[in-house]
Amino acid sequence: MARMKFLCDADRCIECNACVTACKNEHEVPWGINRRRVVTLNDGRPGERSVSMACMHCTDAPCAAVCPVNCFYTTADAVVLHSKDICIGCGYCFYACPFGAPQYPRIGNFGSRGKMDKCTYCTGGPEPDFSVAEYEKYGSNRLAEGKLPLCAEMCSTKSLLAGDGEMIAAIYKQRVIKRGYGSGAWGWKTAYRETVTI
Amino acid sequence: MRSGLKLLSTLLVAVTLVAGPVAVGVALAQEPMQAGQNPTGQDPTADAVNEELLFKHESTIRGVVSIPDKRAGNLIQPQGREYRAFHERWLPWIAAVVILGMIVVLAAFLLIKGRMKSPRSAEKIKRYNVLERFTHWMTAACFIVLALSGLNYIFGKRLLMPLIGPDAFGTASQLAKYSHVYLAWPFMLGILLMLALWVKDNIPNRVDWAWLKAGGGVLGGHAHAGRFNAGQKVIFWMVIGFGLAMGFTGIALLFPFTLAGIHGMQLMQVVHASIGALFIAGIILHIYTGTVGIEGSFAAMGKGEVDLAWARAHHDLWVEEQQAKAAGGAHLGHPQPAE
Ligand code: HEM
Ligand code: SF4
Ligand code: SF4
Repeated sequence: MARMKFLCDADRCIECNACVTACKNEHEVPWGINRRRVVTLNDGRPGERSVSMACMHCTDAPCAAVCPVNCFYTTADAVVLHSKDICIGCGYCFYACPFGAPQYPRIGNFGSRGKMDKCTYCTGGPEPDFSVAEYEKYGSNRLAEGKLPLCAEMCSTKSLLAGDGEMIAAIYKQRVIKRGYGSGAWGWKTAYRETVTI
Repeated sequence: MRSGLKLLSTLLVAVTLVAGPVAVGVALAQEPMQAGQNPTGQDPTADAVNEELLFKHESTIRGVVSIPDKRAGNLIQPQGREYRAFHERWLPWIAAVVILGMIVVLAAFLLIKGRMKSPRSAEKIKRYNVLERFTHWMTAACFIVLALSGLNYIFGKRLLMPLIGPDAFGTASQLAKYSHVYLAWPFMLGILLMLALWVKDNIPNRVDWAWLKAGGGVLGGHAHAGRFNAGQKVIFWMVIGFGLAMGFTGIALLFPFTLAGIHGMQLMQVVHASIGALFIAGIILHIYTGTVGIEGSFAAMGKGEVDLAWARAHHDLWVEEQQAKAAGGAHLGHPQPAE
C-alpha cells in the first residue's frame, strides 16, 4: 500500500489558485469552506513564495488524537478521514491541526458550528464508494477510481504533487538537483516528522 | 465616467496583450537557456523564504491568502502539538486525580470522623427565601449537566464509547454538547444572581480569621460565624471566580475567533478544561458539607429554614443579628423564642 502525501514545490507555485478552484468544484464544497488554499509568504517582497496547503494527512494525526468522539480513521493509503455522522462540531481538531485544515460551515456562531469539513485526498468518506451520501457529505472519490487528487492533477506548473510519499519525494529531489535549488518540502517535518533530504 | 474607465482598462489590456509577448520574445532571443542554468546568473533562491529560517524567527508561519477567510493565512502552526499533548496526555489525568482525589479524601474523612452532629430543637429559623433557593437550584442543576457533559468531552471516548459503540456515543455526545452550550446561559445568569444576592454576607472579616484558626469546627468545637462562615465564603468566592472564568472562556469557545486567534483559542480551551476540573472537585466538597457532611444543613436550601439550635451552633452571630432585627419589629415569619 502507498503512503499518500502532498508536496508543494514552492519554487514552482505561481499562485494561480487553480487547485483551490478545482477542489471546490470537484467536491461541491459549501460556501465559505476552502479545503485547499494558497498562502503567499513575503508577499510583494524579494523572496516571495507561494505554498498550496490543505490537510497533509499527518502521521499520527493530531486532529484524530484530540477529537472527543473519535470520529477519525486512517485508510490503508494513510489518508486521514472522518465521519460527519459522528462529528459534533466542537472545533478541537482545528485547534490541534498544524495546517488549519478543518473547516466549519459556520464560523462565528452560537452553539453549532456544523460538521467539520476538510480535504479528503479525494477519497470520499465512510459511506460506500460512489454513493450519493458519500458525494453529498464528502465529495467525490477519485482514489477509488484509481485517480489521484484533482488539485495536483490540475496544477499547471506541477508544483503541487500528490501520490506515494517516496515517489513524490524522488520527483522533487530530481528537480532540486537538476535546477540547483529548492525551498524544501513545506510542512513535511510537522506533518510526517521527516523531510526530503537532498 | 464609468464608461470612460472601462475604455481605459480595455485599452490597457490590449496594450499588454500586444506588448507582452514581444518583450518575452526579446528576452528569449537574447539568452538561450540550458538545463540547470538560470538566466540571470544569480541564485534565484538567495533570499527566498525558507521554512527552517522562518521558524527561527517566529513560531507560526504566516502569509496572505486571496480567499475571504483570512485565518487561512496561517500556513504552519505547530503549537497544535502542544495543545494536543495537554489535551490528550495531561488533561485526563489532571481531571481524574483532582476529582477522584476529592472523593477519596471526603470518603476517608467521613469514615474517620463521621457526620458532624448538631444540636436539635423544636424551633425553626428562616435561612433562604424563595429567590435565593430558586437561584441556587437553577445554578446547581445547570452545573451538574454542564459538569457531566463537560466530562464527556474528556472521558466519553475513553469510557462510554467502548460500552455503547461509536454511533450511539456520537448521538449522545451531540445531545450533551447542545445541553452544554444552552444550559451555559442560565448557569451564567445564576452566577450573577448569586453574586448580587450573597456578596454582602460574604465579605471576609475578622470573625473568619478566628473561625479558620479554630479549625472551623471541623477539628474541634464550633467557632463563631455570621450568616456564612469562612469555609462557605471560600466556596462562594470559588463559585463566583470559577463561574466567571468558565463563562468567559466558554463564551470565547462558543464564538470562536471573535475574542482570540488560534493560540488564544487553544489557551481558552486549556483554561476552560482545567478550571472545570477544579470547579467540579470544589463543588463535590460543597455537596458533601451540604448533605452527608453536616447533619441538618440540607434543610437550609431544601425547605429554606433550619433548626434554630443548628443555626446557633453553626451561625451564632447571624442568629443574634436576625433576632435583634425581629425584636426591632422586622417580621421573620416564625415565632421567636424569648431569650
Ligand atoms: C459558564 C458557561 C459555560 C460555557 C459558555 C461553556 C462552554 C463550553 C464550550 C463552548 C465548550 C467546548 C465544546 C464545544 O463547543 O462543543 C466547553 C467544553 C467544556 N466545558 Fe464548558 N461551558 C460553561 C461552563 C462549564 C462548567 C460549569 C463546567 C464544569 C464544571 C464546564 C466544563 C467543561 C469541560 C470539562 C469541557 C471540555 C473541555 C475539554 O475537552 O478540553 N463548562 N464548554
Ligand atoms: S493536516 Fe490537520 S486535519 Fe489533516 S491530518 Fe494533519 S492534523 Fe489532521
Ligand atoms: S469538530 Fe468534529 S471532527 Fe473535529 S474534533 Fe470535534 S467532533 Fe472531532
